[in-house]
Amino acid sequence: MSGAFRIPAAGRLKQAKTARFSFDGQSYTGIEGDTLASALLANGVHLVGRSFKYHRPRGILSAGAEEPNALVQIVRDDARKTPNVRATVQELYDGLAANSQNRWPSLSFDVGAVNDLASPMFSAGFYYKTFMWPKAAWKSLYEPKIREAAGLGVSPDRPDPDHYSSRYAHCDVLVLGGGAAGIAAALAAAETGVRVILADEQAEFGGSLRFESGARIDGQDGFAWAQGAVAKLAAMDNVRVLPRTTAFGYYAQNFVGLVERVSDHLKAPGHDLPRERLWQVRAKRVVLASGAIERHMVFANNDRPGVMLAGAARTFLNHYGVAVGRNVGVYTANDSAYAAAIDLKKAGVNVAAIVDLRDNPTGPVIDEARALGIEINFGRAVIRAGGKLRVSSMTVQPKNGGGERTIPVDAILMSAGWTPSVHLFSQSRGKVAFNDETKRFVPGTYAQDCVSVGACNGTDGLSGTVDEAYAAGAKAAKDAGAKAGKGSKPKVDASESWSRGMLGAAPGAGPDTTVKAFVDFQNDVTAKDIRQAVHEGMRSIEHVKRFTTNGMATDQGKTSNMHGLAIAAETLGKPIPEVGLTTFRAPYTPVTFGSIVSHARGPLFDPTRKTAIHPWAERQGAVFEDVGQWKRAWYFPKGGEDMHAAVDRECVGVRTNAGLFDASTLGKIEVVGPDAAKFMELLYTNPWEKLEPGRCRYGIMLREDGFIYDDGVVGRLAPDRFHVTTTTGGAPRVMNHMEDYLQTEFPHLNVWLTSITEQWAVIAVQGPKSRDIIAPLVEGIDMSDEALPHMSVREGKICGVPTRLFRMSFTGERGFEVNVPADYGQAVWEALWAEGQKHGAVAYGTEAMHVLRAEKGYIIVGQDTDGTVTPNDAGLDWAVGKKKTDFVGIRGMMRPDLVAKGRKQLVGLKTKDPKVVLEEGAQIVEDPRQPIPMKMIGHVTSSYWSQNCGRSIALALVAGGRDRMGDTLYVPMPDGVIEVEVTGMVFFDETGGRLNG
Amino acid sequence: MLLIRCPYCEEERPELEFRNAGEAHIARSGNIAGESDDDFEKFFFIRSNPKGIIYERWRHIHGCARFFNAVRDTVTDKFVMTYKAGEPKPSKLPKNGNEGVAK
Repeated sequence: MSGAFRIPAAGRLKQAKTARFSFDGQSYTGIEGDTLASALLANGVHLVGRSFKYHRPRGILSAGAEEPNALVQIVRDDARKTPNVRATVQELYDGLAANSQNRWPSLSFDVGAVNDLASPMFSAGFYYKTFMWPKAAWKSLYEPKIREAAGLGVSPDRPDPDHYSSRYAHCDVLVLGGGAAGIAAALAAAETGVRVILADEQAEFGGSLRFESGARIDGQDGFAWAQGAVAKLAAMDNVRVLPRTTAFGYYAQNFVGLVERVSDHLKAPGHDLPRERLWQVRAKRVVLASGAIERHMVFANNDRPGVMLAGAARTFLNHYGVAVGRNVGVYTANDSAYAAAIDLKKAGVNVAAIVDLRDNPTGPVIDEARALGIEINFGRAVIRAGGKLRVSSMTVQPKNGGGERTIPVDAILMSAGWTPSVHLFSQSRGKVAFNDETKRFVPGTYAQDCVSVGACNGTDGLSGTVDEAYAAGAKAAKDAGAKAGKGSKPKVDASESWSRGMLGAAPGAGPDTTVKAFVDFQNDVTAKDIRQAVHEGMRSIEHVKRFTTNGMATDQGKTSNMHGLAIAAETLGKPIPEVGLTTFRAPYTPVTFGSIVSHARGPLFDPTRKTAIHPWAERQGAVFEDVGQWKRAWYFPKGGEDMHAAVDRECVGVRTNAGLFDASTLGKIEVVGPDAAKFMELLYTNPWEKLEPGRCRYGIMLREDGFIYDDGVVGRLAPDRFHVTTTTGGAPRVMNHMEDYLQTEFPHLNVWLTSITEQWAVIAVQGPKSRDIIAPLVEGIDMSDEALPHMSVREGKICGVPTRLFRMSFTGERGFEVNVPADYGQAVWEALWAEGQKHGAVAYGTEAMHVLRAEKGYIIVGQDTDGTVTPNDAGLDWAVGKKKTDFVGIRGMMRPDLVAKGRKQLVGLKTKDPKVVLEEGAQIVEDPRQPIPMKMIGHVTSSYWSQNCGRSIALALVAGGRDRMGDTLYVPMPDGVIEVEVTGMVFFDETGGRLNG
Repeated sequence: MLLIRCPYCEEERPELEFRNAGEAHIARSGNIAGESDDDFEKFFFIRSNPKGIIYERWRHIHGCARFFNAVRDTVTDKFVMTYKAGEPKPSKLPKNGNEGVAK
């Protein structure tokens, strides 16, 4: 027997298929097909959690996704401990282990429940008011304590071992919600042959047909019809049926996000299965069939375990075969709870009494309840529930006051009416409209190509719902381009129908009371809290929401929003539509980060770019640094060297003999075409027309505002062909910048731009012996200084493969950059390395490259410039073509502020103590004795220890820097002021003789 | 995620393939070096930033890589229409841009 409260004759589960599970360490037996909630109830367990603020004992309120109370932690293993799982959604599997949350030391004895006694302290706005003073205590004391006390479950503390998948899908008609409405709409659309996706959050389709025992469609029980219809849909080629799939967000242009829970319901999910799958669906038309959610009654102690929604009790009985009590009371303001009382009564459960707030309602369900001999009390209210860990009684009073009567019960089924689920409609930016007669918000003005059908549209009754949905499904298909379908509309033979109900606090929980009548269970918001918020000056419903936190819990106010709104409106003395609804936001139900991130984590988070020479550097034990997406060899430590020692050795090695450096990450763009030179003239400050093929030039690119954007050496391979290099990080934006001007400002130019960064591996060979290393491997290029002087380029062969051989230098030494097709990069590097060994060459990394270039005063765009530096500021006026009449930035450079005196200029700095290395980014002042805040006149942009100079060197941007040569300035640091002398930017080989050999 | 019609590819593609490139129809002077400070200020710094219809440049950067122009409503975020770079600013907009062009 799977629980003492299981009624074998009721429900649809197969009794033979049992499943063992545990809750807080206690073992129980359920049935396959149960949810954790139904299995617990079958075993008579109602107490499943403690509330967020007051730690009040809580039970199971609902049977679905709207559940605010029954949140548990599901533990599969050490790494898989999912908090805040709704017990009403979690499907049972054999071996499932769940724990209650937010209680210590145990669920039935929770120390935190002292908050309930102290509740006058914890009223609305408590956090805002109480923890304001002293200010410093917020960070050190209040916030950590509150964070510790807050939150329901415990986050897993290990990396998520599961994997998640992600799919894009397109369809003609996307139907969200698989109850009677959704199925009817999907049938109508599918019959036309268009592509249809039907999704529902539950494991089985059917929606409220799961509990509506009175529904009959096409001659069958409603739920059975639903299974047949969905099986038929699933067999169609043009239909995709997605159970356990929640549409959580509705975005622009019918783009809908859905999460499919693939394996959370399985005992032992195979590793080939993802845990969840994210569907990103673009639909031509969307049919919203999201149904309605029942509201609770707002009365004192309405949160006691055993007090639940009437529809939920019906679901537990009619679907899961579970009686939620043996002696139940019913409290309602509409007809639907009668059906629950009738079903339970017929199943043999005693119904102590129905308490109906309405004065003299009539109808078939009322007649039937009466005929079954159930006591019915009209015009009366339940003013409080008795009991603590489980409801034990309900106290009834005439709604206008009078004598009280207490009726013993072990469950109370309540219904204040049904709220249409307009969440997704509202997320689609549709505007809801308030129907004053039925007191509900329904879809009003549509903003997207979607349509709402059934209960979420305010349509009552199964017959009306199926008619509306079938017609809407057919129309959606037609609008998406379908021909007429050849199916037939499902025929509703018998249906249940109810509407109306009440909003706000019930009698006994009115403005003159201080009882705990909960509006929002999960965030512990009572009717009194909402009134208090209004009394304290909150006028907008958005402010009331934030002040009380009503509707802000993980259930997003699915049961509470309308009650909260009605109480606020009543207190404000305004009609409900004037107060307005709070905004519905995605996600509809909580979505895991895992499903959104999918495979894009760890090494797959961002692409890693490696050069052709990377494996060689790895073998040499290089330490790598990230430069954008690139991995670059930073330095090559030998024999236990630290970074400092390695870099010193590399720097000296390059200037003594030679060094090899992997420069493949440099951006490279080929500019080709009859107008290539004209284009270069416009994009760079330098003159290009007269640059002879075979020669190179250092180019500066500006933005239109006159500031330096990028730089690099450009070689002219032919009259119509330039090989342009850019900074490593700048390559994509430089390409974009060039394309922008070529396509939109200078489209008359006949030029093609091609990114060739990844096509060419680049090996820099620098140093006095560089030519000796390269020459033996080169064919077809005269390597003499006369034939190949500094700043020239030749095409030929090296190691038998094509090369573009540049003679150029970023070190100040005689130097070459050997470009070879990337596929040959490593082979050519290894050949050069072997030659280099004969000449004492070193491999050097980016750190040594930085030091060497700083010794020569060569700038790095983005390090020594920051987007506000002009060519003049950087001392690069010589690179601006004086006779040119146009280039990008020519006008920007002339702006008054850019030519004003006193601008920051790039200069060198030498510390008075040569051993002291400045910090990059350190600020520079004229007078260190001035009061704080000091006037800062510049900052250090580059700073290194230079073994070649035997001292520290630095570059800095200093106001009026070039007029301060020889001046002493100061760099105040936390542990003292550093004296520096302003110098030129070249620290090594000032005459530049080494460049030419 | 928005769908944007590339006028070169002649189809709607997801927003992820595109990059915005600022306001459209701001002509760079053929004699930019001779422009007054005021004219350069207008050209380089001043943008309309309207509430409602904006004419702006987009690039189909992860597609055909072409720059083109688009008319977008900054209130609804809907694209009214798109057209090729170099084509004149449309004098008339389609009545229901969402229906006519962006679909």
